[in-house]
Amino acid sequence: MKSAVIVFPGSNCDRDLAVALEAVGGSKPEMVWHRETELPEGLDLIGVPGGFSYGDYLRSGAMAARSPVMQAVAQAAARGTFVLGVCNGFQVLTEAGLLPGALMRNAGTHFVCRDVALTVENSQSAFTSRYAAGERITVPVAHHDGNYVADPATLDRLEGEGRVAFRYGEAVNGSARDIAGILNDTGNVLGMMPHPERAIDKGHGGTDGRRLFEGLAESLMTHA
Amino acid sequence: MKARIFVTLKPGVLDPQGKAIQHALAGLGFGGVNDVRAGRLIELELADGTGEAEVDAMCRQLLANTVIENYRVELLG
Repeated sequence: MKSAVIVFPGSNCDRDLAVALEAVGGSKPEMVWHRETELPEGLDLIGVPGGFSYGDYLRSGAMAARSPVMQAVAQAAARGTFVLGVCNGFQVLTEAGLLPGALMRNAGTHFVCRDVALTVENSQSAFTSRYAAGERITVPVAHHDGNYVADPATLDRLEGEGRVAFRYGEAVNGSARDIAGILNDTGNVLGMMPHPERAIDKGHGGTDGRRLFEGLAESLMTHA
Repeated sequence: MKARIFVTLKPGVLDPQGKAIQHALAGLGFGGVNDVRAGRLIELELADGTGEAEVDAMCRQLLANTVIENYRVELLG
């Protein structure tokens, strides 16, 4: 699996994501600075990491979504390259229009940083194939703006098309319909607020995130 | 020329920050506040010849997230 991780000023989970991709996918991802206008050739997967890109100025993810590299990411996604956005990466993908909706300030206004229960809603995607539908897993969150918002028609469409990948199994941030992660209409872009890359090793306190990367590696190997 | 851009949350979009402000006002003894909506004011100093259409494009492409926000532009002399 050939992967790349985009690095914005203020990204802070870029190396965690790279470690997870290397541990599970077998090869080191290329780290791509946000000023680049082209991506490495032949990528299977692009990771958009968590953090506080551009200090969350204007809106979380707003500036990063307009940085030069994101045009290349959007073009790659349109060609079918897989894109995984975690936390700030999810915010960037919504701001860039690669995923619908927006992520607003948590309903309780507090930063939430703890392990949370998630339900796997769709186990048919390349990202979730190693989970069972309806399975409960535990993955950490760490965010201030994770309150997913979209108009009712969009929410109905996401649910109807099986594009809700993960839901919270407990109250976390006020997200519409407890949505924690969504897929795009072609299933090759996933954005999620919880951090699977922080749950891949026993030393992390849990390994429930590992199967996301294992499933991806498996799907993308079969692709190639 | 100067442009003032008021970015506000769309009606119906919950505003956690507005709620927190309302609670803080109540804590200070201001009980007469039924609702608070917080927005953002952005002021631009424009070069000569920068038109309203261009400012509108700036709003749509960056300054407002039209999924959740409305914006209003005021052009000043």
